[in-house]
Amino acid sequence: MSQQEYILRFADTALIASQRLCEWVGHAPELEEELALANLGLDMLGQARKLLVHAGSFSEPVQSEDDLAMHRSIGEFRNLSLVEQPNGDFAFTIVRQVLLSAWQELLYSELLHSSDEVLADFAKTHLPEVSYHWRYASTWFLRMGDGTEESHRRAQEALDTLWRFTGELFTVDAVDAAAQSSGVGPDLTQLQPLWLSRVATLCNESTLFLPTGKPSRWFGKQGDHGEALGFLLADLQSLPRAHDGASW
Amino acid sequence: MSNASNQGWPLYEVFVRAKAGLDHRHVGSVHAPDDELALQHARELYTRRMEGVSLWVVRSSAIVASDPASSDALFAPAQDKIYRHPTFYTVPEGVDNL
Repeated sequence: MSQQEYILRFADTALIASQRLCEWVGHAPELEEELALANLGLDMLGQARKLLVHAGSFSEPVQSEDDLAMHRSIGEFRNLSLVEQPNGDFAFTIVRQVLLSAWQELLYSELLHSSDEVLADFAKTHLPEVSYHWRYASTWFLRMGDGTEESHRRAQEALDTLWRFTGELFTVDAVDAAAQSSGVGPDLTQLQPLWLSRVATLCNESTLFLPTGKPSRWFGKQGDHGEALGFLLADLQSLPRAHDGASW
Repeated sequence: MSNASNQGWPLYEVFVRAKAGLDHRHVGSVHAPDDELALQHARELYTRRMEGVSLWVVRSSAIVASDPASSDALFAPAQDKIYRHPTFYTVPEGVDNL
């Protein structure tokens, strides 16, 4: 049960990140960027589907990816609080992506050695995707930080606002500890200095200041979510809930 | 997707090499504020479904193009000039990409 809970954290993080990225479709500042953001969202959706299927296989009876994505309520979601934060402006989305991709790249590199073969296989397939996401987001991060006065201000504001949600990425609770001791997942606390050094180097190049914000009281991976996730889920789930079993 | 804002972004032409050993082929164009982002945009638009193993982008303004008005002088049909065509050679079997 605990392993299912552990996998759901990564599955839901990918799913919610995907939904946020795809919300840009029709609203992005440039056609080329709209495609880029949607492509990132599609990558995330592909990751979420595999992980949800895997998480569902621990249930008795087995739950499908749709059971988990479309028929759970807000308190049952285990995504990081970071990814449910609303898109804001383009700078806000890019900063959120930088913080997430840096973490996912480190995490997936560790999951290559997972004792859970499905997770190890998953990491092998999808590590190149998150490496690209980091590359994409950090390219823009650099241009906004070291760009115009306005782009710098917006990027710094986004960084300051989102920073409080990054503590959760490295906080180990009972579920993480169980996964670590059975060899399923890494020691999250050991990822923190690596992550911090990547983000700090990028901030330095981008002339942005590393914030010192206080950690959030929200703990998304334990099911504590802000109201923004409720609206996201209403958007995501309304159709399959109103028309059960709908397909095309 | 406002069109007004990207008037300032220059146009780049995109070339994709489908597999090692073949030529880069022109596939289209993208707008981008600089070279690195042009490559990134080209990757997003043209190589997401295993279309290629290598990408080139070049500023459209860097391309020197022939003048359509002088196309007669440059490209007049040469069908009656048999001496220009290598029709006296046979292509060896197994050569596919000549």
